[in-house]
Amino acid sequence: MEGFTGILLILLSSILVNNFVLSRILGICPFLGVSKRVETAVGMGFAVTFVMALASVICWIVQKAILDPLNIGYMQTIAFILVIAALVQLVEMALQKMVPSLYQALGIYLPLITTNCAVLGVAILNIDEGYNLIQTLVNGIGGALGFMLAIVLFAGIRERLELARIPEPLKDFPIALISAGLMSLAFLGFQGIV
Amino acid sequence: MLDAILWPLIALGGIGLVLGLGLAIASKIFEVKVDPKVEQVRELLPGANCGGCGFPGCDGFAKAVAAGEREAGACVALSCDNLAAIGALLGVDTTPSEPKVARVRCHGDSENCISKYTYTGIHDCRAAAMLAGGPSACAFGCVGLLTCGKACPFGAIYLSDKGIAAVDESLCTGCGRCEAICPKHVITVMPKSRRVFVACRTNEKGKAAAAICKAGCIACGLCAKKCPEGAITMKDNLPVIDYEKCTGCGVCVSVCPKGSIAINDEKNVNICAG
Repeated sequence: MEGFTGILLILLSSILVNNFVLSRILGICPFLGVSKRVETAVGMGFAVTFVMALASVICWIVQKAILDPLNIGYMQTIAFILVIAALVQLVEMALQKMVPSLYQALGIYLPLITTNCAVLGVAILNIDEGYNLIQTLVNGIGGALGFMLAIVLFAGIRERLELARIPEPLKDFPIALISAGLMSLAFLGFQGIV
Repeated sequence: MLDAILWPLIALGGIGLVLGLGLAIASKIFEVKVDPKVEQVRELLPGANCGGCGFPGCDGFAKAVAAGEREAGACVALSCDNLAAIGALLGVDTTPSEPKVARVRCHGDSENCISKYTYTGIHDCRAAAMLAGGPSACAFGCVGLLTCGKACPFGAIYLSDKGIAAVDESLCTGCGRCEAICPKHVITVMPKSRRVFVACRTNEKGKAAAAICKAGCIACGLCAKKCPEGAITMKDNLPVIDYEKCTGCGVCVSVCPKGSIAINDEKNVNICAG
């Protein structure tokens, strides 16, 4: 599992097989919260991609350069959350300045990327799997692309659901949860590829 | 023992310090100047983002109001107190806009209007209207799938027990979302003070209209003849009321053989939405 093939496998695995949202069931909050429109879902996807890729690299460096030499690996969670929170702040500021419309569309879900467990999940999994820096970066980007794939597909489904005739008790959120479950089942089909 | 506390403290403190400094620098680079008044005005607005003011949301409207480009009274859902508060905040006179309300200009419910076919497609008037003009025999009337109600940000539109859209005027703010979304243009936003309005939109001639709907205008012209102010003229088989002349006496309503002209008897119309 070395070299280019290994990296390709990590990418494929994090996008499809071990999709963070649909297989690992991480990062459900923005998945359900920002998936009403495809455009905002794409925006959220890009914000998460940026945070996830950067967070996995910086967290890996923090782990290898600070936590491991000092033997304080048990501080991993706190240190990683610190890094992620700062990154989200940075993304928020940059978005507010550069793409105000997207900033408004994402609303409360933008600062909530901080508590998006998919971001912390990918950072911790990178360490657990013993990846090197490049593998870490690929896994982070792959995980984020998987998140984007899931949220954009789901947003498309939800846009269709708005026009569908749904029994009263299942309207809006219940049917969204059911669709998410069905999507997760569909992604189960990728199991065993890698 | 001391090491076990000291090193984590230094490490985490160090990471925090570096990140904090980085953010401080970034906040200078990405600084966005916000007028504090915008925020205050925004707090006083209803926050329904209905779009009745012409802006996509309350945020955009708040910006325009704070900048003095628009009057706060242009917000259709603003209560009297908050309007006065915004006036005081910005130091300007606020005159409330004429309150508006959405009214359903159709009486073609299931008892009055016959049905052309049974529709079982997508539960949306816009989709139904594409299928041979909708399930109702009248090509001009309410489809009755309540797309307007789904669009209403204030929950003011409901389906009457006879299957036609109806407006709860106490909740309606006149934002016009329903008017924009109705494929039949059955809903019209009009000043709340208008006492009478024509509640039929058919352009069919008398006989054809009568065959379809019991409440449809047959273009007999009786209302135009009997109006003491001469405010009603007939155009395209429908009466048109000139509200400059109309006094709201209600004669047209009482002479109409079909009940196609609606009267609204709500007293004490409040100027503000609140």
